[in-house]
Amino acid sequence: MTRMMVVWCPDWPVAAAGLIEGVSVHEPVAVLAANRVVACSPAAQVEGVRRGLRKREAQSRCPRLVVLEHDEARDARAFEPVVAAVEELAPGVEVVRPGACALAARGPSRYFGSEAAAAERIVEHIAQACVVEAQIGVADGVFAAGLAARTGRLVEPGGTPAFLDGIDIAALDRPELVDLLRRLGVGTLGGFAALPAADVLGRFGLDAALAHRLAAGRDERPLAARRPPPDLDVGQTFDEPLDRVDAAAFAARQLAERLHERLAGHGLACTRLGIAAVTEHGAELYRTWRHDGLLTAAGIADRVRWQLDGWLARSRAACRSGYQPALVSRAACRSGYQPALVSRAACRSGYQPALVSERRPGAIVRLRLYPDGVVEYAGFQLRLWGDAGEERDRAHRALTRVQGMLGPDAVVTAALVGGRDPGDRIRLVPWGDERPEPAREPWPGQLPEPAPASVPREPLPVDVFDETGAPLGVTARLAVTGTPAGLVFAGPPGRRAAAVVEQITGWAGPWPVDERWWAPDEVSRRVRFQVCLADGRALLLTLESGLWSATGVYD
Amino acid sequence: MAQILTLKRRTVSTGGLSELVRSHGLTGLVRPASAHVLRSDGVGERILPVLPELRGLFPAGGLRRGSTVAVALRGPGPFGATSVLLALLAAASAAGSWCAVVGMPSLGLVAAAELGIALERLALVPDPGPEWPSVVAALLDGIDVVVAAPPGPVPATLASRLAARARQRGSVLVGYGQWTGADLVLETAGGGWSGLDQGRGRLSRRALVVSRHGRGAAARPREATVWIPRDPATPPVESAPLLEATA
Repeated sequence: MTRMMVVWCPDWPVAAAGLIEGVSVHEPVAVLAANRVVACSPAAQVEGVRRGLRKREAQSRCPRLVVLEHDEARDARAFEPVVAAVEELAPGVEVVRPGACALAARGPSRYFGSEAAAAERIVEHIAQACVVEAQIGVADGVFAAGLAARTGRLVEPGGTPAFLDGIDIAALDRPELVDLLRRLGVGTLGGFAALPAADVLGRFGLDAALAHRLAAGRDERPLAARRPPPDLDVGQTFDEPLDRVDAAAFAARQLAERLHERLAGHGLACTRLGIAAVTEHGAELYRTWRHDGLLTAAGIADRVRWQLDGWLARSRAACRSGYQPALVSRAACRSGYQPALVSRAACRSGYQPALVSERRPGAIVRLRLYPDGVVEYAGFQLRLWGDAGEERDRAHRALTRVQGMLGPDAVVTAALVGGRDPGDRIRLVPWGDERPEPAREPWPGQLPEPAPASVPREPLPVDVFDETGAPLGVTARLAVTGTPAGLVFAGPPGRRAAAVVEQITGWAGPWPVDERWWAPDEVSRRVRFQVCLADGRALLLTLESGLWSATGVYD
Repeated sequence: MAQILTLKRRTVSTGGLSELVRSHGLTGLVRPASAHVLRSDGVGERILPVLPELRGLFPAGGLRRGSTVAVALRGPGPFGATSVLLALLAAASAAGSWCAVVGMPSLGLVAAAELGIALERLALVPDPGPEWPSVVAALLDGIDVVVAAPPGPVPATLASRLAARARQRGSVLVGYGQWTGADLVLETAGGGWSGLDQGRGRLSRRALVVSRHGRGAAARPREATVWIPRDPATPPVESAPLLEATA
């Protein structure tokens, strides 16, 4: 059993908000997700605000509470400098979630003398480098060390099962399983660990069996680890270096799908994810994320996105402030413990560096994902986009390939939303994004079916004349100033004289629409007509601010 | 005397299972075994369905997978090509096939939805740019029906290359515009709108006349009429009878 050290920053969402948004964490601050408090500052806790309270309840207990929305990307972005700071003292840091990271305790404890000395040094370094409060716990295994970090305890070797015995079962962080176990009468980790392992696997499933091993204090090596086939990692090289968060998110999603498919093809699921990136300056960045359950496709995509967000934010911040962050190369991690490249802050405090890097990480040109801690899992895997059908998968692959060629906005799908004109009733969403719900409310003024088969992107300008040749108009009382008799498609101004006058054989209207009168820059007052031309064509015409245009062709 | 327990057999009303399947939107997911066998009118898995009115125009009774169909912009009638295209896709999309349209930014999607095309299975690439042949080729790999609307005339070599790829992948390639070498060419042959009077009424319906000519069995010209909007009593696809629970 390896001794693991977990660095835990209490109330990390609040600290992240303080670092990024600039909110003062000495004031009462609460971070809410889905209208419930997930984290609050010590000042708020003094006033009685607790996790799980509703927003109203929290505000009634503390009227001057500052309330913020939970943003996981912000947490991950803010945590990246903390992880970098820990990496300056010890390589091989794995991120458990934003706010907690794990590392092997053996290296730092040998280097600094003892585990307690190493813990103190790391906490001090984090406080100096990032102005963030952290606590460290040491135990056998990451799960137990994480729980030990809540109280800053160093559990002696071999004492982990005894330490875990009395802890409440809610520490497993699996709400349905915890609820079920509570109802069955199992209230502590010790009680759960006392159940036979085979029965837990049979009754509750693979995820619960993993949790059972964690609760018993046994090691995290997954249940049925087999040697993975060598080519499980996936990677991509980008022609355009990624320096924007949305491009990074799109790339993350694609790679996550590919990795998940490849693992599923072998009947595997992973519990640890290694993310490696190469920047345009040649710097190599690496981070490991671990999860104490199985990583779904959505989980992989989220972690890759957060990590890229963190790296890009660090690069931007470094460019702005001139701070040179430390870089750790994978070779250094693999070859054992060595003091790695360090930052200027560490130089100032007297620590002798081996190498000081002059470079800043720039935009990312290559990204690679390494799955680790694989488990044989041939069960039904939750896909990123809901239910899978074979045709849907094939279509999805082809469409994402085209998106890769032309960009994510080039492939769209249409959704019917509410509106009055045929152009307004359709919203185009890029492929892969969530489709909006179809509108069910009635829209007075909506044109009845059949709809025009051709809706030009830009309305075609036309001129409409009555039987005397004068331009046609509509009075404020919605009366037509004459009978529509002729129509000309207005081309470029020089060709107007040669344009053909089409005869109007039938017409209906005016049908008025007065939209968004409350917003002065979005107001739209127009009337619509349907006209039928002599050769049988039919058009939908719109008159707005004295200008006629064809907004639909009944092709 | 031994008591004989008789199990009362509950009769399930005929159509109960089909109602259940239909109400949960599972139609099409659970396919009856007979779908894998060619039915008497020749419609099976290798052939995508078309509207009943248009069936007579296709030698195979539907869109054969791997074939190329062209929709000409101008035919004996001066307009209506877009409606012909939508009518062509309507039945296949409603029956569950995926469709993609490349290079038509002004396609009327509300009209598509009214004809029965499922918008959640319709992908659009409005501006493919100069690389449109590679976009069409990539889509032919995974999408059942791909409509390509090139900005200008298509050289014959390119058209035959795309047609070969469609044949290889088992997708249907629909060329909209000037397309050479298609197995079947559909044209509009007229059909005006009715319902508008001088200042009264509204466009209510039209009789879209579609004519075809082509190669091989489709060489003889034929015509068919599709009423738009379609008669609501006739569905775009004749649904196969679901497994009926009998008592």
